[in-house]
Amino acid sequence: MNHNILTTHVDTSSETGLRTEEMLLNVGPQHPSTHGVFRLVVKIDGETIKEAIPVMGYLHRGTEKLAENLTYTQIIPYTDRMDYVSAMTNNYVLCHAVETMMGLEIPERAQFLRLIAMELNRVASHLVWWGTFLLDIGAMGPFLYAFRDRETILDLFNELCGARMTFNYMRVGGVKWDAPPGWIDKAKEFVQYMKKELNNYHQLVTGNEIFINRLIGIGKFDTKTALDYSLSGVMLRSTGVKWDLRKDEPYCIYDRFEFDVPTATEGDCMARYHLRMAEIEQSLRILEQALEQFPSEGEVMGKVPRVIRPPAGETYVRIESPRGEIGCYIASQGKDKPWRLKFRRPSFTNLQILPKLLQGENLSNMVAILGSIDIVLGEVDC
Amino acid sequence: MNTLLQQAPSWGTTLWFIVAAVLLLAVVLGFVTYAIYFERKVIGWMQLRIGPNRVGPLGLLQTVADVAKLLLKEDIRPQHADKALFTLAPILAYAPAFAVLAVMPFSDSIRFADLGIGLLYYIALSGITVLGVITAGWASNNKYSLIGGLRSAAQMISYEVPLVMSVVGIVLLTGSMNLKDIVEAQRDVWNIVPQFIGFAVFIIAAQAELNRTPFDLPEAESELVGGYHVEYSGFRFAMFMLAEYVYMFGMGALITILFFGGWLPIHPSLDFIPGIVWFILKFSIYVFLQFWIRATMPRLRVDQLMSFAWKVLLPVALFNILLTAVVVSYQNGMF
Repeated sequence: MNHNILTTHVDTSSETGLRTEEMLLNVGPQHPSTHGVFRLVVKIDGETIKEAIPVMGYLHRGTEKLAENLTYTQIIPYTDRMDYVSAMTNNYVLCHAVETMMGLEIPERAQFLRLIAMELNRVASHLVWWGTFLLDIGAMGPFLYAFRDRETILDLFNELCGARMTFNYMRVGGVKWDAPPGWIDKAKEFVQYMKKELNNYHQLVTGNEIFINRLIGIGKFDTKTALDYSLSGVMLRSTGVKWDLRKDEPYCIYDRFEFDVPTATEGDCMARYHLRMAEIEQSLRILEQALEQFPSEGEVMGKVPRVIRPPAGETYVRIESPRGEIGCYIASQGKDKPWRLKFRRPSFTNLQILPKLLQGENLSNMVAILGSIDIVLGEVDC
Repeated sequence: MNTLLQQAPSWGTTLWFIVAAVLLLAVVLGFVTYAIYFERKVIGWMQLRIGPNRVGPLGLLQTVADVAKLLLKEDIRPQHADKALFTLAPILAYAPAFAVLAVMPFSDSIRFADLGIGLLYYIALSGITVLGVITAGWASNNKYSLIGGLRSAAQMISYEVPLVMSVVGIVLLTGSMNLKDIVEAQRDVWNIVPQFIGFAVFIIAAQAELNRTPFDLPEAESELVGGYHVEYSGFRFAMFMLAEYVYMFGMGALITILFFGGWLPIHPSLDFIPGIVWFILKFSIYVFLQFWIRATMPRLRVDQLMSFAWKVLLPVALFNILLTAVVVSYQNGMF
């Protein structure tokens, strides 16, 4: 931790003789708006933030080190616990890395199931973000509406893999369970329902004058800063860079579907809000097509050796998680356990810009900015 | 009550006063108990929840249980808190909340003090509460509560100005600050019609005075955890909560009196329904509106809050005074 922050500046006004002092305020790790066990030490002058130091690591579990002593299949449940709001993408990135190393062929039906699960999870993740973000801004209702609709997705996942959050659904070479009968129809129903519901969300929140005034021009940064800080996902797209790995480096079967990559140029909290809402829409669009084209039969597990031993060497794959670019690096020595495994976690990388964004901001903007970055602490600390 | 006030003081009249005051206290506490229950129920329904339904039939005893819990809790005072001020703050916040109710005419016959300056009395006394809030924020020796207390002070003082200005129009129209006279003057048409601008300013400023959404910055739990009462627990905390809800009661009654014709019926032909029923009806609509807003709105930012009070509400309120003054002088044949 940077110790300069601990020295506060005392000033005496020459005109009035009033003594003013900067104050250190500890926000978190137990704080309602830090979205988990995240801690911020802010130096404030009145309500203006002079300096902010994020302190993380309260949820560090050493996933990457643990993985070195686990077989590849055993690592999958650990990835569930990283970005627990969107565990399907984490499942995928690991399986994708191993499959790339081994050059495995994935059956069609498994590809579809993976894609549907990931996109549903993206919708669920953005819903959580929408609800908690509004909760930070001070509106309580949206949180519960978002969670109602997310509940439907979780129920779908529950039917698919028997878990609501920590799915452990994907395997190297395919998926563990096939969709139960009628599941696809239920998912279709949900997509149609969600399309209408999204409209209600917009009517309740998007046009609200108070809400708009809270967000416009807040937490602004430009493309260069975004690239310098290695931001990805919505954080990057909000500055006008059209970069979405689903489009630019298609993985799974994303290249078969039509969808847009929404971008904005403002780079502020409002732009990020609009982008995430637009992404829900695009995800629903992908889902609609995927559910329509879903193959009626087929295997869900490819031909995989009983013991998974990727050939010696290294590989790095990256995919688009709801939070940005999630990457998985594996260094293998040809054994059934990775020699070294590393995740590039978008929450962690995106969070680095926080101290810069907070400088000079009002204390109330702090929660809005932190909320708009959309972090999941399980992923930040890994 | 008024005849009692005119009589020479004796043991009998004193007893009456005490009985009446205790009665009012009971009514207000009853209101607070069920306003909280109702709020939780209504917001629960609006947010797809059920709300309290466990304690007593339909959860009707939930608030009673909550109050009992608060009363039975250990009285905690932070080690480095300012002892005297920490104890004084809840009383400072709470006492004026009750005192303002003395001038409220709930109906033709149910009223306590009939002050000539009833409106001024309400405004003056309700201003004291902010002292309690700052004191609480300061005395707790907690950074969050300090920020909350100062925010609150800035907010309540700023919004008191447009609040007072917005009712000047009514005083001009009525020619009296007596709340009973103000109601009587609305026999033909309620003040909400000629004083619509004043009403709009008043209802917004009242929301800020009450520290309720979207002006609930002093206790913005997502930023300040709990605001000025973050260190308070048990009965001292209950006093703050009580003050908040009693103010809601007071503000609801005041709005009913000032803008909705108090106990007067919607139409003279409906005169057979007792005035108190009308009063409660109008009052309940306001209280419901409070809950509704709370379930819907996000929160303003502190700088927007201030600029809104001084740059928007105050000019509008001043304009309203000017407009009313011109109209009233025209009616009196001054032009």
